[in-house]
Amino acid sequence: MKSIKIPILILLFIAFPLIIRSDYYLHLMIIALMWVTVGTAWNLLAGYTGQVSFGHAIFFGTGAYTAGLLASKLKISAWWGMLLGGPCAIIIAAFVGWVCFRLRGPYFALATLAGGEIIRLVAVNWESLTKGMVGILLMPTFKSKLPYYYIALGIAILAMLKVHFLMKTKYGYWFLAIREDQDAAEAIGINTSLYKNISLLVSAFFTGTAGAFYTNYMGFIDPSVVFSLHYISIMTILVVIVGGVATTFGPAIGAFIMVGVQELFRSSIFGLAPKWVSQAHALAFGLLVVFVIMFMANGIVGDWHKISRIFRRAR
Amino acid sequence: MVLWEIGIRYPEYLEEPDRSLIMAILELKGVTKDFGGLRAVDNVSFKVQEGEIFGLIGPNGAGKTTIFNLIHNVYTPTSGDIIFAGRSIKGLKTHQICRLGIARTFQIVKPLGRLSVLDNVAVSAFLRTDNVRDAKTLAQEVLNFTGLTSVAHMPAKGLPIGIRKRLEIARALATQPRLLLLDETSAGLNPTELEEAIALIKKIREKGITILIIEHIMKVIMSISDRIHAINFGVTIAEGPPEMVAKDPKVIEAYLGEAYA
Repeated sequence: MKSIKIPILILLFIAFPLIIRSDYYLHLMIIALMWVTVGTAWNLLAGYTGQVSFGHAIFFGTGAYTAGLLASKLKISAWWGMLLGGPCAIIIAAFVGWVCFRLRGPYFALATLAGGEIIRLVAVNWESLTKGMVGILLMPTFKSKLPYYYIALGIAILAMLKVHFLMKTKYGYWFLAIREDQDAAEAIGINTSLYKNISLLVSAFFTGTAGAFYTNYMGFIDPSVVFSLHYISIMTILVVIVGGVATTFGPAIGAFIMVGVQELFRSSIFGLAPKWVSQAHALAFGLLVVFVIMFMANGIVGDWHKISRIFRRAR
Repeated sequence: MVLWEIGIRYPEYLEEPDRSLIMAILELKGVTKDFGGLRAVDNVSFKVQEGEIFGLIGPNGAGKTTIFNLIHNVYTPTSGDIIFAGRSIKGLKTHQICRLGIARTFQIVKPLGRLSVLDNVAVSAFLRTDNVRDAKTLAQEVLNFTGLTSVAHMPAKGLPIGIRKRLEIARALATQPRLLLLDETSAGLNPTELEEAIALIKKIREKGITILIIEHIMKVIMSISDRIHAINFGVTIAEGPPEMVAKDPKVIEAYLGEAYA
């Protein structure tokens, strides 16, 4: 049953732009698919390996700027960034891991938070390289959104498959062991610092690739967006928490919900509500997270049985 | 396939009383550990022979668990050397020491809570194989051996303490150790569970695995140990066969006070 469901789902996603011919909805889908990739990547490190990062903007921004700088400095296509964004994020992640994995639990999370802010400030102030707050502007390659949609879909599917199947190998089991008890993991022969770094590097790779895609798609980046704590690091965490931490489909479902909620507020509920509603999206995010943590601590996927029970009772 | 039955040495000379001919699998040479001004372990030396059950006893706070942590390099010794199977393991990381063949259990059990019992053991089994099916098969065998098959698919978190203590042992065994460090695996067990625990420890020894055991319950330690090493305040006070150690005035004094010695 399940083996049929997933190919059908993928076919539906492939068919989506052919059925719904609206650039607006296609744009939302592309952004959501990008968040599927980033959420899935974060889920590997935080959900499965238990190393909660508040600094995924570091890797997203690195990927984004790899693509941006290739175009603005080396005058080659920003699409090379799709190949190089991931590896560049890995290099940065190796350094981040080397520094931050000396700490555990909440202290690790705080270190990554600080790391993210440091890198953002560097990007803002190193104007000779990044043009600072002026940002980097690129000419979009395609007029149509269709190619972007399929690229975003491809990356998202790849990321989900990679993480899903990685979790079925020795690596997956060892990541879970590290999450559950680091001392016990070390005592049964797991090189915890190595495996934490592996998890971080894989996570950074997909996040960086998504960042490079963002540059190509949006055509404009500046440090206050791609290195942002609020728009990237926190959004990543929300996507996974709402969808379901340590589940395969949680980040994907969370991504669509969060992008939907964000858009709902940004457009003041499709222009029906007064203008000030659009200012309230941060508040709505906060309330949503409070609600999820209070009533569905495992997210929508993790607590699906609870939700479906409520629906069944209502009927 | 690296499986449970392969690589198990069952020395026939085990029955022979003369253990001096057998190589020491673990040797502590004047191991000392200071925590600031406190000397937790003071110049402790002993040899554990291959195939024996070696008991480590002492009152609360004597430094028994610290010795385990020193062997596994959770703490690094201030001075002294630790030799395992003929090579110094000083300076090796905990996971490297485990890979060499020293597995341990924790006094305060550390189950991987949200994983099933089978997966808990499979995690250890991955130490010797990268293949998922092999690891699961080995884990299943270890569960059979330790009598945990009936709870194999339950999450480790909610299990009763007797089962969790047993799971600690199973997880250590799945790393296919040559030397097993058991830290109070009988504490908190009821009389039936206690009998089962003793039987299990004897069964492990029959597999050819050397056991270094910390235990408070005298019934257990006296009935299964070949030799016992007693410490108090980090200092060796006696070593020898159980009967001898039990009669040693210093040991009686450490446990019961001077008046009884």
